[in-house]
Amino acid sequence: MTQLDGIVKPKTKRSKRFLDNRAPKLIEDVKTAMIMKGGNTSQTITQALKDIVTVCSVFNLYLLFRKNITRPFEDSTSLEFFSKKTDCSLFLFGSHNKKRPNNVIFGRMFDFHVLDMIELGIEKFVSLSDIKASKCPEGTKPMLVFAGEAFDTDNEHKRLKSLLIDFFRGPTVSAVRLAGLEHVLHFTALEGKIYMRSYRSLLKKSGCRTPRIELEEIGPSFDLVLRRTHLASDDLYKLAHRQPKALKAKKKKNISHNVFGTKFGRVHMQKQDLSKLQTRKMKGLRKRKGGVVAEDQDGQAPKVAKVES
Amino acid sequence: MAACSVEELLAKAEQEEAEKLKSISVHKELDLEFDVGNLLACDKNRIEVRDFREQKKEDFLRSLARDNTQLLINEIWKQPTERVEEAIVVKLPESATPLPREKPPPKPKPPTKWEEFAKLKGIQKKKKTNLVWDETAKEWKRRWGYKRAKDDTKEWLIEVPETADPNEDQFAKRVKAKKERVAKNEFNRLKNIARAQKIKVPGVGLTPVAQQSKDDLSKAVSVAKTSTASAGRFQDRLPKEKPPKNTGKRRKFEPLIGNFGTEKQKQLELLKLMDSKKPRLDITKAVNKQMREEDREEAAAKYKKGAGKKGRKGNMSGKGKGKGGKGGKGKGGSKAGGNKAGGGKKRGKPGKH
Repeated sequence: MTQLDGIVKPKTKRSKRFLDNRAPKLIEDVKTAMIMKGGNTSQTITQALKDIVTVCSVFNLYLLFRKNITRPFEDSTSLEFFSKKTDCSLFLFGSHNKKRPNNVIFGRMFDFHVLDMIELGIEKFVSLSDIKASKCPEGTKPMLVFAGEAFDTDNEHKRLKSLLIDFFRGPTVSAVRLAGLEHVLHFTALEGKIYMRSYRSLLKKSGCRTPRIELEEIGPSFDLVLRRTHLASDDLYKLAHRQPKALKAKKKKNISHNVFGTKFGRVHMQKQDLSKLQTRKMKGLRKRKGGVVAEDQDGQAPKVAKVES
Repeated sequence: MAACSVEELLAKAEQEEAEKLKSISVHKELDLEFDVGNLLACDKNRIEVRDFREQKKEDFLRSLARDNTQLLINEIWKQPTERVEEAIVVKLPESATPLPREKPPPKPKPPTKWEEFAKLKGIQKKKKTNLVWDETAKEWKRRWGYKRAKDDTKEWLIEVPETADPNEDQFAKRVKAKKERVAKNEFNRLKNIARAQKIKVPGVGLTPVAQQSKDDLSKAVSVAKTSTASAGRFQDRLPKEKPPKNTGKRRKFEPLIGNFGTEKQKQLELLKLMDSKKPRLDITKAVNKQMREEDREEAAAKYKKGAGKKGRKGNMSGKGKGKGGKGGKGKGGSKAGGNKAGGGKKRGKPGKH
């Protein structure tokens, strides 16, 4: 790397591309998630993590092959290190111990520091393989439905909702194929528990253009219980939401509409010298050296008098 | 009669419509909140816990999901559609839920020196073609880079201009000029980057550092001293300041055709040294050398034992060689320049024994 007292710049195009990929951008790419196992994991946890990977498989990275003996709620430095190395901003940490059986931590990062972490316990889990039904193709953008008042009233549930949207949203697209709207993820918050179900929607013929929906359960189903949370402070949360100015839609000025919908705009002119204005030239009205102007005026006055009478 | 039938028809039509819509309409107390850009729907209605417990859980959840999905699909179907390659595609609006970013937004880069100048002068960027027609080679060549069209440095014939020195190498001159331009360009590029990242770059001399150590300060003083017109020769020194140690040339070469007397003297001395049977020896230096060599051998043996235990034997030989070679060269250098035969290659052959 060529150096000049502390500035290090990549020498090859490949390394430059790599660094540009990781640099902050105006419009960001899809968030990637890292899925990790903790010090001790049970069969349910491993199966659950694998299922979540298949549910949203397009943009994930997993570290399932190594057990990371860390406790995210106490020490998040190793998480941040991994996130920096793999350039992932979401993480899913599964672990199992006597005190917290079948524990799963959903989390997200901002600028490679932990923003939010929510710990959920899996009470009941039905895996993908247990449900015998034809599955959706991988990579379909799922439809997300959140039901229950808690998602609107309780602060923690609100953050959880935002976190789950981040996780399961999938890449942002401008258009979606109508026939491809198959996958539905339904989250219900009830009695302090959160039920997650995954369905495949069949579009049946109805009388009109919009089809009727029939649901068929596929995919993993979770019964979750909210355990500890580590939520970001309000300022940090606000900071994370700050969008760059360039993204703000520029308002077009000088456009106004009247009652009928006609578009109006103002045209601003410089001060014009009216004597030099280009108009139709009438020979008779041309300025002559003499008192012709006075004659005209006299001529006009009697005309006026005539009309009035 | 006709009026009756018309009314009947209308009523029938309405009924049919209602029936049709029945299949897709869902009755909810509170409307759902939709975010079509994210394919998201939020249902805020209260879920009756009793209903939940009465039915089987799964069925209840499924019917709830079906209703909500139906509403979401209705909402999605309201969006404008278009046909893209045999598939009907619905255009989604932008996502309405604010989600936090991954990384903070990028800071706008400050313009480079050229960009500022261009803005000032109103110079626009002109788009240029990548390839240029080269007459001599009769093919399209790049405008710049490897095998470019008009390569200055690759000409086989350069006319010597009248004002130039006839003994000058014109080819070398062109190559050197190119190298200088490249270096200058690189330097300017890095300065632009430094300005963008607000890193301080020295114009000439040293960069100011926040916490300066004694060495840094003395270096700064000496740099400041020598940056005068006479390179610091007539600068006054502070009362207790010592003269700088490593000034001047590091090696001094005698001119080729100079003082014949001294040259003769030097050559004769050298011959005398080479002739004498006794090696010119500095006893203290030899003893020190021997002691150092012994210490080193001990350390190497210890390390070998330790490495052997841990099973890392491979490093030993490399280390030993490296140390020995360095030591030999160092010692050869420390002996005065004249004695080339004595110190150079010997590795601590003791004189005493």
